[in-house]
Amino acid sequence: MHVLYLIFVDPFMQMAHAPDLLVQTLWDGLVSGVLYALIALGFVLIFKASGVFNFAQGIMVVFAALTLVGLNEHGVPAYLALAITVVVMLVLAVAVERAILRPLVDQPEIILFMATFGLTYILIGMGELIFGGDPKVMISDQLRLPSGSYRINMLGGFVQLQKIDIAAAIIASIMVAGLGILFNRTRIGRALRAVADSHRAALSVGISLEQIWVIVWFAAGIVALATGIMWGARSNVSFALEIVALKALPVLILGGFTSIPGAIVGGLIIGVGEKLGEFYWGPLVGGGIESWFAYVIALVFLLFRPQGLFGERIIERL
Amino acid sequence: MSETEAHGARIGAPILAVEGVSLTFGGVRALSEVSFDVREREVRAIIGPNGAGKSSMLNVLNGFYQPQRGVIRFRGREFHGMRPRAAAEMGIGRTFQNIALFRGMSVLDNIMVGRNMKMRGNVLQEALWLPAARREEIEHRHAVEEIIDFLEIQHVRRTPVGRLPYGLQKRVELARALAMEPSVLLLDEPMAGMNLEEKQDMCRFILDVNDHYGTTIVLIEHDMGVVMDISDRVVVLDYGRLIADGAPDVVRGDQAVIDAYLGVAH
Repeated sequence: MHVLYLIFVDPFMQMAHAPDLLVQTLWDGLVSGVLYALIALGFVLIFKASGVFNFAQGIMVVFAALTLVGLNEHGVPAYLALAITVVVMLVLAVAVERAILRPLVDQPEIILFMATFGLTYILIGMGELIFGGDPKVMISDQLRLPSGSYRINMLGGFVQLQKIDIAAAIIASIMVAGLGILFNRTRIGRALRAVADSHRAALSVGISLEQIWVIVWFAAGIVALATGIMWGARSNVSFALEIVALKALPVLILGGFTSIPGAIVGGLIIGVGEKLGEFYWGPLVGGGIESWFAYVIALVFLLFRPQGLFGERIIERL
Repeated sequence: MSETEAHGARIGAPILAVEGVSLTFGGVRALSEVSFDVREREVRAIIGPNGAGKSSMLNVLNGFYQPQRGVIRFRGREFHGMRPRAAAEMGIGRTFQNIALFRGMSVLDNIMVGRNMKMRGNVLQEALWLPAARREEIEHRHAVEEIIDFLEIQHVRRTPVGRLPYGLQKRVELARALAMEPSVLLLDEPMAGMNLEEKQDMCRFILDVNDHYGTTIVLIEHDMGVVMDISDRVVVLDYGRLIADGAPDVVRGDQAVIDAYLGVAH
């Protein structure tokens, strides 16, 4: 009985007793959720347009941030470094299209997936070779990212909001809105969706697959760069980030692999869920819920709703 | 979109030709030394038993396959292999044997994708929905609506294509190809799997397209009745080789063709 009390009653009593702590926990959850959502967004972009599950998306985040910081360390001014990093991501997109996607066109998805594994290790190797493997500090000040925090008195206590987190949320919203418009309003968006549905039909009406692939990989590269900057500003820039990026997988299972809103909502749910779980239920099992909570949710979804919250229904005709 | 001229002068000079085209996949010969031409505004059928290389021929014509030998002549220019994008740009449209539509989109969007190449607007303008972009969208929408009316699919224009019955899906595919305003239309078994009524509809649409837009049609078809009815000239392939070429009546009486279809005659 006592155990049930601890699981089902006590946490909610705590929430009711200290609502300011609850709000703080929710906010922290939303903030990490935004970053999960951004990583997942990079996956969705590529998956939508080429059906490739890009295992390298996590390392692209690290690689982008590392390039930015590394260039700055070598004396390049921050904004110039940012511009060069954008160009590097474009070059990467073109290189991936030329060296991986084009030779493997019409191959089964699993082969493309394995190729992105290879890409992951190439990027890790290149990153370490050029910029070294040590964790680096994000150049937040040079990029004039906001620092410090707001302290809001509410609910009989206070909630602390880091300015950088607010900035991250705003930038993420702008990117999502921009991508939404690109996908739904423009000719390129229509072409992207066409390629996602049928390669040969898209080819037959004169859509260039090469061009579309470069566009989506570049867009995913820019999303990776933004994610890397935000993440780096909160902790630091290191290859450990790649493990965190794997959290995008449960986010995608939750939100659906082909849905941009799904990636966002999924990211937020996972972020909030794991923070709440850790704070209120964590002590019961000695903590550590944060690291596996997302995967348990994903497992539940795989059992009951494999297409995710917003994904397209998977119907296989036999 | 030019109207047809007087009936007798309907068919013009050769617009598309293949000369000595050979295509192999590893050790398998899909096409060997195939040569024929297609005249402007004619309905040209390619027939032959299963595995004769008919679809391969279409795939060579629109650049999905690159032949190892031979040339393709289109509008006086010579190509040793087409590229799908180049073919589409020059006005070669096509449909597929197994329907290839954009399943996630509505009928209208599917056909709009066919206008993709015709749209020249700036992406930024489109994103911001500026007047210039809006004008262009409306203009193309107009062209698409005309095609929708022409093929009589008004009632399903908002429906996701995946939900349509097979016959209508085939028609949407034809509409998408027409949206490119092609001068040559390659149709890979446009009537396969259809019932009699659907077949008659499709025949009518193909002839209407040919007549109304002056589109040159190259089609693969199994139904001999259809082929004899609607085509001006027929190419017969067997095991990747051209075994006959001529008017439907002539081809029908050709001994090599009869042998290919029925086994050696007895």
